[in-house]
Amino acid sequence: MSGTGPREAIFPTRMNLTLTKGRLKGAQTGHSLLAKKRDALTTRFRTILRKVDEAKRLMGRVLQLASFSLAEVTYTAGDISYQVQESVKRASYTVQARQENVSGVVLPAFDGIRSKDASDFNLTGLSRGGQQIQKCRDTYVKAVGTLVELASLQTAFTILDEVIRATNRRVNAIEHVVIPRLDNTIKYINSELDEMDREEFFRLKKVQGKKKRDAEKANDERGKQNAEFTGKGGELHRDEGIGGGDAGGADMLDEGKDDDVIF
Amino acid sequence: MATTTTNPKDRTLLAVIGDEDSVTGLLLAGIGDVDKNQKKNFLIVDAKTQTSVIESAFQDFTERKDVAILLINQHVAERIRPTVDRYQAAFPALLEIPSKEHPYDPAKDSVLKRVQKLRGD
Repeated sequence: MSGTGPREAIFPTRMNLTLTKGRLKGAQTGHSLLAKKRDALTTRFRTILRKVDEAKRLMGRVLQLASFSLAEVTYTAGDISYQVQESVKRASYTVQARQENVSGVVLPAFDGIRSKDASDFNLTGLSRGGQQIQKCRDTYVKAVGTLVELASLQTAFTILDEVIRATNRRVNAIEHVVIPRLDNTIKYINSELDEMDREEFFRLKKVQGKKKRDAEKANDERGKQNAEFTGKGGELHRDEGIGGGDAGGADMLDEGKDDDVIF
Repeated sequence: MATTTTNPKDRTLLAVIGDEDSVTGLLLAGIGDVDKNQKKNFLIVDAKTQTSVIESAFQDFTERKDVAILLINQHVAERIRPTVDRYQAAFPALLEIPSKEHPYDPAKDSVLKRVQKLRGD
């Protein structure tokens, strides 16, 4: 009964019973709340999962296009990679993180920002192929936009994955560890209290029995002593109470009743 | 949740590890950045580049506090696959991108592998 499973190390008192019951209720509420949170997150997670899958496939095509336009540039303007690499100063395409809240989980999302003075490579392709380079740059900006979008999805995916795992762990811990333990504690306290009750009842019975036995013994003893005393010729006086004795107890008012007087 | 302790708002840059064409294209879009210490946010990998160089660049970019997204060519990622697969942090987000010579293979992507596993197909 009380020995099954782990339980809290507390004394089996009524106060602790109330406390433990309160905690069990709290654990159950927490469990249902966490389960709800998990469900909400999982729904969101599935949407993101699908989007990630789609976006990854889309990215393949977009970058293929971008590669083609770069090939065009190489064809018209020659190899510009060295020039491009050397003229890098500050990033003109940056990202900004924005935060989104899904049931208490902060999901970051990135926004691509292209600064106005995006003219680092003005001199590139001045001799020939300038237009191709412009076009290529636009294609790549678009491609990077797709990549940024995909990155936010992926970050959300990673974070959600982590959070869902943590939530799942908590839900399972409450369901399989905390609640059974509190249940066991309550059972233990109840059984201990019951046992204490039974013990108390038994003790009272015992005390009563002992008193009865003692009274009988004392009575017998007295009877024996009396018999001994009268046997030696003594006279026994009993406290016979008011109107006492065997003859006592008659109604005084009934004695010597007058006859009814008839005029 | 140790990965989200640094403020994501500080992260503004994109970093690239890839072959010459991919990097050139992305730099053309304006993601390139050279900071005060002449540290670049891109690495060009060719056949002669040592794997250890790629590894250290990967470590460097993932540990930088201003990088939001790290782009890496899939065939480059393939060379340091164990490191890439071990990388689980949310920031910077790691994206494997296809290159000109190497078309995109979803089966190799470390994130898509997890996606596929979770979707159960």
